[in-house]
Amino acid sequence: MGSSGMVIVGAGEAGVRAAFALREQGYQGTVTLIGDETHLPYERPPLSKTGAEAESVRPIVAEARFAEAGITLFRGRKVTAMDTAGHTLALCEGDPLTYTRLLLATGASPRRLPGLEYGKRVHVLRTVEQAAAIRQVMRDGQHLAILGGGFIGLELAAMGRALGAMVTLIEVQRRVLMRGVPEPLALALQTRHHYEGVNIICGVGIQAIAEDKASVSIALADGRRMDADALVVGIGAEPNTALAAEAGLVLENGIAVDDHLRTSDPDIFAAGDCCSYPVAAYGGRRVRLESWRNAQEQGNVAAANMMGNAEAFDAVPWFWSDQYDLTLQVAGLSDGATSTVSRSVSAEAEILFHLDADGRLVAASGLGPGGAVARDIRLAEMLISRRAHPDPAALADPSVKLKSLL
Amino acid sequence: MSTWIDVCDRHEIDEEDVIRFDHDGKSFAIYRSPEDSYHATAGHCTHENVHLADGLVMDDIIECPKHNGRFNYKTGEAKGAPVCVNLKTYQVKVEGGRVFIQVG
Repeated sequence: MGSSGMVIVGAGEAGVRAAFALREQGYQGTVTLIGDETHLPYERPPLSKTGAEAESVRPIVAEARFAEAGITLFRGRKVTAMDTAGHTLALCEGDPLTYTRLLLATGASPRRLPGLEYGKRVHVLRTVEQAAAIRQVMRDGQHLAILGGGFIGLELAAMGRALGAMVTLIEVQRRVLMRGVPEPLALALQTRHHYEGVNIICGVGIQAIAEDKASVSIALADGRRMDADALVVGIGAEPNTALAAEAGLVLENGIAVDDHLRTSDPDIFAAGDCCSYPVAAYGGRRVRLESWRNAQEQGNVAAANMMGNAEAFDAVPWFWSDQYDLTLQVAGLSDGATSTVSRSVSAEAEILFHLDADGRLVAASGLGPGGAVARDIRLAEMLISRRAHPDPAALADPSVKLKSLL
Repeated sequence: MSTWIDVCDRHEIDEEDVIRFDHDGKSFAIYRSPEDSYHATAGHCTHENVHLADGLVMDDIIECPKHNGRFNYKTGEAKGAPVCVNLKTYQVKVEGGRVFIQVG
């Protein structure tokens, strides 16, 4: 039986961050990090981003640092069962492991359409192998079809165009990025994709998808059909909850955790894409976030609380997406907003501030080249977190520094 | 040989703010602290190729616009994940109302 201590299941961004945070915060016992991929833990954002960074695996930290920090890293190992009463995990191979405190950072898995064979011409994107398979068809004369106008789909479309492929993107909803991105910015991005030569088809369902040796053919509900060399299904992700479910932990759109990231079992915590948590800034509304920064921040806070601290997780949701030279950043949750104020940062960059009926800033979203909107979105995030009610006229006026509203 | 390079008028940088300065194929970030002192670091974050001049200055800290990596811009010290490599810093002086950095 392995020694007790801190055990982390899942070696993605949240799990790795938590492992190191335990050490940074002075934890002296054993730290074991279990990942089911064979690679050194790597960063996922570059997998769908254009540029040289997408060409190679980028480790989250250098291999030597695990040993330096006294973190035992198991690669390519699955946890097959969890005995919460006995504080024990069973692994696919090797001895069972006991834990004093456990962190589930099991991530999410791409949603798949049933009835298709994945890995040949039909792909989803989560791993470096899947990214490599998709890049295989991103070259001149190849036709890449993408189902889903979310971040993965749009970023892959931009990458496909940069590498010379023909790209068709099909979104069942009436526009891309229906979830979490306000219409003006989503349409601006959509326009840019059109300009770059992506064929975007919105508001049409899929009738059938069939694969043969040479191509994958897609029949749309309106009668159109097309043949592509490959199809990427980018229709969202489901939290990996099998282990938690089997152990009887409370689930609610993922593993339900409280504001200390503790699950319904007091010795088990969860962080990252796999869990939903109550967001303090929105009256405790429960959300599950699939973002790099959320994974990092929850990893930090989970580590602190595993050590017996009582640190509330109160970060404002935040994410970014890179497409062509444009970066989109969104802070906060805009669905409670009743009005929107626009600030023109430059000819190419715009920020939208979303206010609720009381005039409270609940979200901000910005789109522009490079880092054009980053600073103001960061300041907006601080305003959101302080429950600020900024003057809409000041928000709209680019000559007013947002910092002065803090 | 080190050389002092003229960057800008001291008022071209707001208090507690940062600007980008490019010289001889290199890019720098030039800071004015809330205490009205001037500082300079390498322009790009050590984590990813992102320019710090788009980031936010709060007290002694510059925060990278992409991943919120934080550095002390006076010392270059990386303040924790995701950044672990310190920023290179450069000497700065203010003379006759102009800001100079020492390169080379």
